[in-house]
Amino acid sequence: MASHLFCGRVNLNILREAARKDLREFLDKCSGSKAIVWDEYLTGPFGLIAQYSLLKEHEVEKMFTLKAGRIPSAAVKNIVFFVRPRLELMDIIAENVASEDKLQPRDVHILFVPRRSLLCEQRLKEKGVLNSFTNIDEYILDLIPYDGDLLSMESESSFRECYLENDQTSLYHAAKGLMNLQALYGTIPQIFGKGECARHVANMMLRMKREFAGSQTQILPVFDTLLLLDRNVDLLTPLATQLTYEGLIDEIFGITNGYVKLPPEKFAQKKQGEGGKELPTEPKKLQLNSAEELYAEIRDKNFNAVGAALSKKAKIISAAFEERHNAKTVGEIKQFVSQLPHMQAARSSLANHTSIAELIKDITTDSWLYFILCNMVRNAHLNMPDVFSQTALLSCVSASEDFFDSLTVEQEFMTGVDTDKVSTYIEDCIAQKDPLIKILRLVCMQSVCNNGLKQKVLDYYKKEILQTYGYKHILTLKNLEKVGLLKPQSTMRNNYPTIRKTLKLWMEDANEQNPNDISYVYSGYAPLSVRLTQVLARPGWRSIEEVLKMLPGPHFEERQQVPTGLHKKRQPGENRTTLVFFLGGVTYAEIAALRFLSNMEDSGTEYIIAATKLINGTSWIKSLMDSPEENLP
Amino acid sequence: MAFVTANWNPLGEAFYRKIELYEMGWNLKDGLRECLVAAAPYGGPISLLKGHNRRSPSDRPQLEIYSSSGLPLASFPWKSGVVKQLGWTVSDDLLCVQEDGTVLVYDLLGGFKRHFSMGNEVSQSQVLETKIFHSPYGTGVAILTGALRFTLATNIDDIKLRRLPEVPGLQGAPSCWAVLTQDRQSKVLVANGSHLFILDNTACTPVTPPGLSPQASSIVHMCVSFSYKYLALLTDSGHVWMGTSNLKEKLSEVDTKIKTPPKQMAWYGTLLLFPSAVVMWDGLLIVVGECKETIQYHLDDDSILVPELDGVRIISGTHHELLQEVPGACEEIFKIASMAPGALLLEAHKEYEKESQKADEYLREIKEQSLLSEAVRQCVEAAGHEHEPETQKTLLRAASFGKCFLSNFPPEQFVSMCRDLRVLNAVRDYTVGIPLTHTQFKQMTVQVLIDRLVYRKLYPLAIEICRYLKTPEYQGVSRVLKHWACYKVQQKEESDEVIAKAVSVKLADAAGISYSEIATKAYESGRTELAIKLLEFEPRSGEQVPLLLKMKKSPLALSKAIESGDTDLVYTVVMYLKNELNRGDFFMMLRNQPVALSLYKQFCKHQEQDTLKDLFNQDDDHEELGNLYVKASYKDQRLEARIALLQSAVDEYYKAKNEFSAKTTEDEMRLLRFQRLTGLWLHNNLQCTLSIQKSFLPQTFDQKCTLLFMIKTKNHNKYCCLSHRDMEGAAEAAIERRNESEISTVLSRCSATTDHLLMERLNRAKATAVKK
Repeated sequence: MASHLFCGRVNLNILREAARKDLREFLDKCSGSKAIVWDEYLTGPFGLIAQYSLLKEHEVEKMFTLKAGRIPSAAVKNIVFFVRPRLELMDIIAENVASEDKLQPRDVHILFVPRRSLLCEQRLKEKGVLNSFTNIDEYILDLIPYDGDLLSMESESSFRECYLENDQTSLYHAAKGLMNLQALYGTIPQIFGKGECARHVANMMLRMKREFAGSQTQILPVFDTLLLLDRNVDLLTPLATQLTYEGLIDEIFGITNGYVKLPPEKFAQKKQGEGGKELPTEPKKLQLNSAEELYAEIRDKNFNAVGAALSKKAKIISAAFEERHNAKTVGEIKQFVSQLPHMQAARSSLANHTSIAELIKDITTDSWLYFILCNMVRNAHLNMPDVFSQTALLSCVSASEDFFDSLTVEQEFMTGVDTDKVSTYIEDCIAQKDPLIKILRLVCMQSVCNNGLKQKVLDYYKKEILQTYGYKHILTLKNLEKVGLLKPQSTMRNNYPTIRKTLKLWMEDANEQNPNDISYVYSGYAPLSVRLTQVLARPGWRSIEEVLKMLPGPHFEERQQVPTGLHKKRQPGENRTTLVFFLGGVTYAEIAALRFLSNMEDSGTEYIIAATKLINGTSWIKSLMDSPEENLP
Repeated sequence: MAFVTANWNPLGEAFYRKIELYEMGWNLKDGLRECLVAAAPYGGPISLLKGHNRRSPSDRPQLEIYSSSGLPLASFPWKSGVVKQLGWTVSDDLLCVQEDGTVLVYDLLGGFKRHFSMGNEVSQSQVLETKIFHSPYGTGVAILTGALRFTLATNIDDIKLRRLPEVPGLQGAPSCWAVLTQDRQSKVLVANGSHLFILDNTACTPVTPPGLSPQASSIVHMCVSFSYKYLALLTDSGHVWMGTSNLKEKLSEVDTKIKTPPKQMAWYGTLLLFPSAVVMWDGLLIVVGECKETIQYHLDDDSILVPELDGVRIISGTHHELLQEVPGACEEIFKIASMAPGALLLEAHKEYEKESQKADEYLREIKEQSLLSEAVRQCVEAAGHEHEPETQKTLLRAASFGKCFLSNFPPEQFVSMCRDLRVLNAVRDYTVGIPLTHTQFKQMTVQVLIDRLVYRKLYPLAIEICRYLKTPEYQGVSRVLKHWACYKVQQKEESDEVIAKAVSVKLADAAGISYSEIATKAYESGRTELAIKLLEFEPRSGEQVPLLLKMKKSPLALSKAIESGDTDLVYTVVMYLKNELNRGDFFMMLRNQPVALSLYKQFCKHQEQDTLKDLFNQDDDHEELGNLYVKASYKDQRLEARIALLQSAVDEYYKAKNEFSAKTTEDEMRLLRFQRLTGLWLHNNLQCTLSIQKSFLPQTFDQKCTLLFMIKTKNHNKYCCLSHRDMEGAAEAAIERRNESEISTVLSRCSATTDHLLMERLNRAKATAVKK
């Protein structure tokens, strides 16, 4: 059920099991049948920990969504609220509890995720319902195992809270989560960090370690290093369009809690003899993680290389099915049959991903192919992927060049071309009223790559946006300025080119098919965050002191005492394990780049990734928006 | 040694022995006569109340507390009401139940802790009888009132009073009653003459013990076993009926041939093979078991029985004895002419010490039957059950001797028994006076033993034991030290500095100490300064906060909360301050703490918009004020109000020197104002306008653009300008409508450099329009 958690270097299933154990213990505390009333936001994250079957084993008979008014009727002994500690939710709970049937009292419990809150309890007290609860408990769910090498706090607005609202709650939870992780996987001897938030988290961790002195567990450290990175150290990366397979799925369809919802048309089952079957209308929901062999193989490839990988896989699978003709003896047939389920799973997985690849192709329109073509010409790789036919390629050149144009502009910005004037492309997009977020991503990117825009340019963009998309976005623009995504140029020199050159953020000859550098994930741009990680491992940050000083926030190194006898004796050739924690979110392309580093032959370091949330440019900008709805009569 | 069996008495297949634990250290003039006595199980303390019925203020009763060895722990005159019953809680607190239903709680050194009432009904009808009982939920109190009704509290730490149903036909006090715990519920078993009832929360159910001898016309005494599993009933005919407490099964019935009512009856431990009961009359003690036989002991003095897990303790004015069934291992080894492997090993070792070759013969005999490991095991176990250190040593030496001839014999049992015995001998010592048996010790756990020593303030011994048993520091030494410190801070005669220093020096190396708990104690005993000093040692800043708030050190509490990083804690302090301080001071305090301020702003954003405005005003944050007005403008449906709010926003933006925001906002206001002017037209024609738009405007124009366009073309409204990209659309529309003036307007806005194609078209169209 959680096989994807075993495959990594660190067995993250321990964490999941610990979380499941706590959940079972709480459920058993409320003896008898029960109904869970869910804070809707939590169902996704909980899905990563436990399926309905586990709840059912512990007498959960009904599930409701938390909403005002009465709880729907259910013949159960217990009502259990699973909620985040938020005041607005407390008001709803108070209303729910107050309208409970006084004649048939049920035991009411409340489970705060991830932590109890005095403030909320105070609110419940003010509403006069605090005493109605039989159990008030907390379910500590900070870092949720997401995949074999990936942990997420699934804390949606953490970037906004930290940088816009100066609310560091999610950092406290991150520190707690890291302490919890250390309780299970041993003390992490080295902590590196860059950024204000990173400093804050490290400080809290060191403090908490002092606080819990004496109750330490004697566990051999699994992680050698922890690297804490502020998202605002690298504002550029999430703005760029991710070009890995998984990254594109996320950019286009959005992956939430490990699931993606896809338009159903491509997934209609084509069975022979049934002819025109009705198309399904429900979106197709697919779970995406490394438990699926094919997906694990292609998720981190540049989309350009996915076609070839898929067609190669298709050949292998059909060859495997052909094997049946060679199976002569009973023994051989038996062996063939025993492999059938695995082969069938592989075949359906292949079918799914071929469909997804087609969908992506459709949506990025033929311009995508155009883009590939251009890249191919550029890189002189003329062996076409099979999925894309010659004819499509020819037609594409004349077709809408939107996606390609957008990528081209992004790449121009990243290479520092004309970042100091108004971009005609952005102007055109505004005129055509392209999605606002697309515009904001581009404008922000230009600002970041130019270390701020000239006041005139900035005002022009802002004016254009407000006139086209409405005055209501004025607050959104202010938010973007507040977090530093948009800013007027200061007198300071634009240091982005220096950073780009020192850290080699732009690689002219990115090889998408057989990458030799992380820059393949953005077809040329190497994510700054991952470069910092890479340099830290070798040759160390001392070599880039100058650049680190240009990036916002302090950089630091801390050491934590590991009890004697627990010092790791490294075998020659054994890799170090580094946990990279992105405070404010991480993109799939960055993850892909880190995985690429782990798998590099002579890297010497394997990476486990943790983040407050998995983000992409769109979801990230969206979380920063503040556009009140028109409320005209 | 030779006389180990001297005090053994056979009963059925088992032997019973009476061991003297202590010669009592107290000096009681009249023994235990006319005293209320309560002794806690597990070798706990003994409390006495002499002359508890005296009411005159000049001659008050005296409450005394002693250890099990009779050493005085506390003594003071009783100044409260008439006490009906004394009893001990599971955590060694003394309960004194008064006639009026008030229960006073003292610690075992006589310090008053608290009191609680058993309810109005009890205080009105007065307490007739009361029993203190222990259940898995804690210590409970059951009361029979003068109105012949039972009131029960199952756990005195969480009092929920329950009044039980009436017992039918009860005229006077019942002949006897007892509290049982069954099905996770406390129930009362009442005997009224020969009738027996079980009272639970809802009903009073008559019950009949199976096979109760028919001669009996009344049940005069009853008792339940330690675990509530067994029940013994004594009838007026002198029969003792023993069975299970659910009254489903009878174990045996024995005729004591004594018809006078006894003083006390108690169960023997239920861990034993043969459950048995002890009945005590004046000067006589009878043990009754499953078989029909009895053992009789004569008592010289008034005594009380204290039932234990594995025996009964008998406390008299002068002595303290333990009556128990001889444990299996001891019986095997010491029984006369025993050929058990343990007995042979003991013999072999004795011969070995005498340097006699017989040692070898005995050893061979055991080894031939391959029973040597069994023999060692028996000796170790028997050592655990012996009270005399000399006997323990002899047995352990024999075991150690036997071990030499075994390979791969697991050492754990031997080692842990040696440790346990050393601890047990230490606490059994006369000066400590906790006569635990090994069985009791195992049941009670080291943790609880440490607690008990801490209650007695025997800190050094407790620490020694923790260290000796290698208890994890967190649960062991640190915990004891914390208790010590809590006690230390209450010592009034020493100065704050001296105490703080003493505490910090002693606790410096101990891990996981909760200084805030110690500080709370200091604060409770009125030493705020000391509490603050101690809090500084607390590494967990979060822990310091509640106490600091209690001590009204709110600025410190706020900075500690912020230090902890726990935003919930910060919120808690902020909310507390908000209620405590006046608004000005509150804002001032927040101003010095930016983290708290921004959290509070977040709170206000969702909960109290008006306060938010005040906060921004205080900080002269015009930018934010402007934003606030903009947001508010969207909430209002009335155009007038929206424009007014936007005007406020504009003012604020100007104050903030944010030209851009001010200008854009002004544009928005003009648009809205125009809508108001032409409101009717807009409303009536909105649909129409939209359809026109669809027919003749490029798709990229949205509604607002259309309006802008209409406004522009119709009214030559100068300030509503079209953006560069809209120009084409405007031109398109103007050309379509062949309106000369509109075309001119658009034309005037075109720039010659970028739009010359468009200008050409417009000029051509203008020419045709003029012709018409």
